[in-house]
Amino acid sequence: MADFTSGFWDFYIGIITLVSIAACAVLLNSLSSKRVSTDAKSTTGHLWDEDLGEYNNPLPRWWIWLFYITIVFSLAYLWYYPGLGSYAGSGKWTSVGEYRDEVAQAETEYGPLFRKFAAMDIKQAAADPAARVAGQKLFLTYCAQCHSSDGGGSRGFPNLTDNDWLYGGEPETIKTSILNGRNGVMPPFGPVLGDGGAKDVAHYVRSLSGLTADDIRIVRGKPAYVQNCAACHGADGKGNQQLGAPNLTDKTWLYASSEATIIETITKGRNNAMPAQKDFLGEDRVHILAAYVYGLSHPELGKAAAGK
Amino acid sequence: MSDALKNADLARGGVIPIKLVEGAPEESLEQSLYEVRKKIHPRSVSGWFASWRVMLVVATQLAFYGTVWLEWGGRQALLFDLGARKFYIFGLVLWPQDFIYLTALLIISALSLFLFTAVAGRLWCGYACPQTVYTEIFMWIERKIEGDRGARIRLDGEALSARKLGLKLAKHGVWAALAFWTGLTFVGYFTPIRELLPGLASFSLGPWETFWVLFYGFATYGNAGWMREQVCKYMCPYARFQSAMFDPDTMIITYDKARGEPRGGRSRSADNKALGLGDCVDCGICVQVCPTGIDIRNGLQYECIGCAACIDGCNQVMAKMGYAKGLIRYSTENALKNGWDFRQILAHAMRPRVLIYAAILAAVVIAMAVSLLLRVPVKVDVIRDRASLGREVAPGRIENIYRLQVMNTTEQPHRFVVRVADVHALEDIEVLTDVPQPLQIGAVSTISVPVRVRATPEHEKRGSERIYFVIEASDTEKHLLPEVFSIREKSIFFIPGPPR
Repeated sequence: MADFTSGFWDFYIGIITLVSIAACAVLLNSLSSKRVSTDAKSTTGHLWDEDLGEYNNPLPRWWIWLFYITIVFSLAYLWYYPGLGSYAGSGKWTSVGEYRDEVAQAETEYGPLFRKFAAMDIKQAAADPAARVAGQKLFLTYCAQCHSSDGGGSRGFPNLTDNDWLYGGEPETIKTSILNGRNGVMPPFGPVLGDGGAKDVAHYVRSLSGLTADDIRIVRGKPAYVQNCAACHGADGKGNQQLGAPNLTDKTWLYASSEATIIETITKGRNNAMPAQKDFLGEDRVHILAAYVYGLSHPELGKAAAGK
Repeated sequence: MSDALKNADLARGGVIPIKLVEGAPEESLEQSLYEVRKKIHPRSVSGWFASWRVMLVVATQLAFYGTVWLEWGGRQALLFDLGARKFYIFGLVLWPQDFIYLTALLIISALSLFLFTAVAGRLWCGYACPQTVYTEIFMWIERKIEGDRGARIRLDGEALSARKLGLKLAKHGVWAALAFWTGLTFVGYFTPIRELLPGLASFSLGPWETFWVLFYGFATYGNAGWMREQVCKYMCPYARFQSAMFDPDTMIITYDKARGEPRGGRSRSADNKALGLGDCVDCGICVQVCPTGIDIRNGLQYECIGCAACIDGCNQVMAKMGYAKGLIRYSTENALKNGWDFRQILAHAMRPRVLIYAAILAAVVIAMAVSLLLRVPVKVDVIRDRASLGREVAPGRIENIYRLQVMNTTEQPHRFVVRVADVHALEDIEVLTDVPQPLQIGAVSTISVPVRVRATPEHEKRGSERIYFVIEASDTEKHLLPEVFSIREKSIFFIPGPPR
């Protein structure tokens, strides 16, 4: 709570505050009367624009009460809200508490809406038009920053519409990916393979998906691949969804298919993180998102829904 | 009255209640700078200007209490839905994006105040300001219950009795009821009044609705019942700065000193010329009717709200005396000095200050009207995706992702199509949406549409290309819709990759 390392400053600030308020009250009282001329036409003595004076006409009495009310208000405020050093106030108000209250209020308001969809099976929700609208709104808010507004992904962030999955495209797997996040690590092989070796492996990898490659380098690269890469990407290069190791034989590239990019991936490795959403969004919202993401690569579900 | 007497010497010199400071005060004593307000008991008055005020009170209050009940196509005609941020003004629905119209409205109000004030002084204060209007209504109630000035002064001087208590309770009861209804009506412009009243009956109003009903009601009761002229004298900023719009050709309520002085009582049959008296019979009616308690015979004072009650009061006395009306009248400083008649005063109303105020006012009114007429009821924002600048979907074929935020401010659903126009160096443009075009948007709603744009850039082309999205009502709808819209929004198409 306290922003200072020493408790002294809490007292220091609290006392200054209270003394200042007391000083305001004293000042107000001492300035509410003044020595003025008995002449009814006396002025304040100030002159503006050469000849504009101001009469000593009194203000209405209630006016000064407004000032006293501000003093009473400030004391009541300091009693109820935190303001005097480390004193938390009798109302125990905190900005964090206010945030929690608002989150709880939003939960009671929107929770039932999400629970309705969360009770559906993921495939069923993916075909439900209302659930899709809710899912799209969530997706555009929380996911589109990396995966694009259309779910098409971007460099380093998987395309969710192509039915090519790093960890598997079953509804429950998608939900697990969102709930707990994923961390795809490819270790750097630069020190092991050297510049030439990395280039050889890159050519071999390109050949797996039918891209142009140097025949000699393919031959040289294959044993190095089997020795270093096959453990995760498989001897046939088809990847391993348990580990999130990409399939190297299809035409889908998380980064790019160019020789330079593949060499960079091999020598420096990659570290991709999908953050866990369980604590942030909660299970219900993740369920709706999983349904929406599943629907992205199963357009026939949407068409069936539109046909209904 | 005491203030008025203090100001008495000012009438000689000029119209501003400020005097030259001469010499030092002779005696002094310690004195409070605050004093209890002296209650003013204005006498009721009838006449030409009082009738005008009654008409304006009735007109403004019919509009205020009545408009809230009007319906327009199944909803409240005038409703400011702050929660949904939609502002319904009869056929028009304004969104927060249209806030510029509120600015224009405020500018128009300010300039109107400038113009009216320059021509004829504090017309707004005297006839239309809510403070005046509600004070007038509250004083009318007070008069009906407690009687006119004399009866009220007597009643206030009496010791508390059952009769006095009864009268005061009745007055405050009626005031409070009216004030509460005023608060309720005010909140009715923000929460539909037809929901507000049942909510009130079942005690289920929200905390803010309750607060504002009570706050606005209490403000009405306090300001119109208790504060009255003090609001104009001590609180209102307009009251003070309106004097900056005054000049010697501004019509103000003036006492014709040359004609009136020397003042003094006389019998109706007496010849005042022979007695050496002016037309002022010094009856004090002009002071008694004044809601701010000043004596207009001392010249223009900052307290004067321009209500013209003293004109009506004095004219009645002049008629009884058989003198010409207009001892106190609307006139200007120059007219009084040069003896101009009303036609000459009007001729001097056309002066640069007035013409400039009128010209600016006309320009803003026309600009706002044109802008409202040309307002496109559908709004579009194009938001480029920031995750990927552009992706290659096939060799040489580039895809960019955009999100179109489409806002339909009309109360009808629309169908629209999206296309890309005015492109250079891009070929074979495709615009892809999740749902096939034309797209649909519901009444008074916003949708977010992800749009994929694919194009084949000309050879060697890299970097950004300017493109325009065109969003327009779909062909099948065009003949059905009163508002055919076509909106162009600028954006950028990015072509990635190293230079080839």
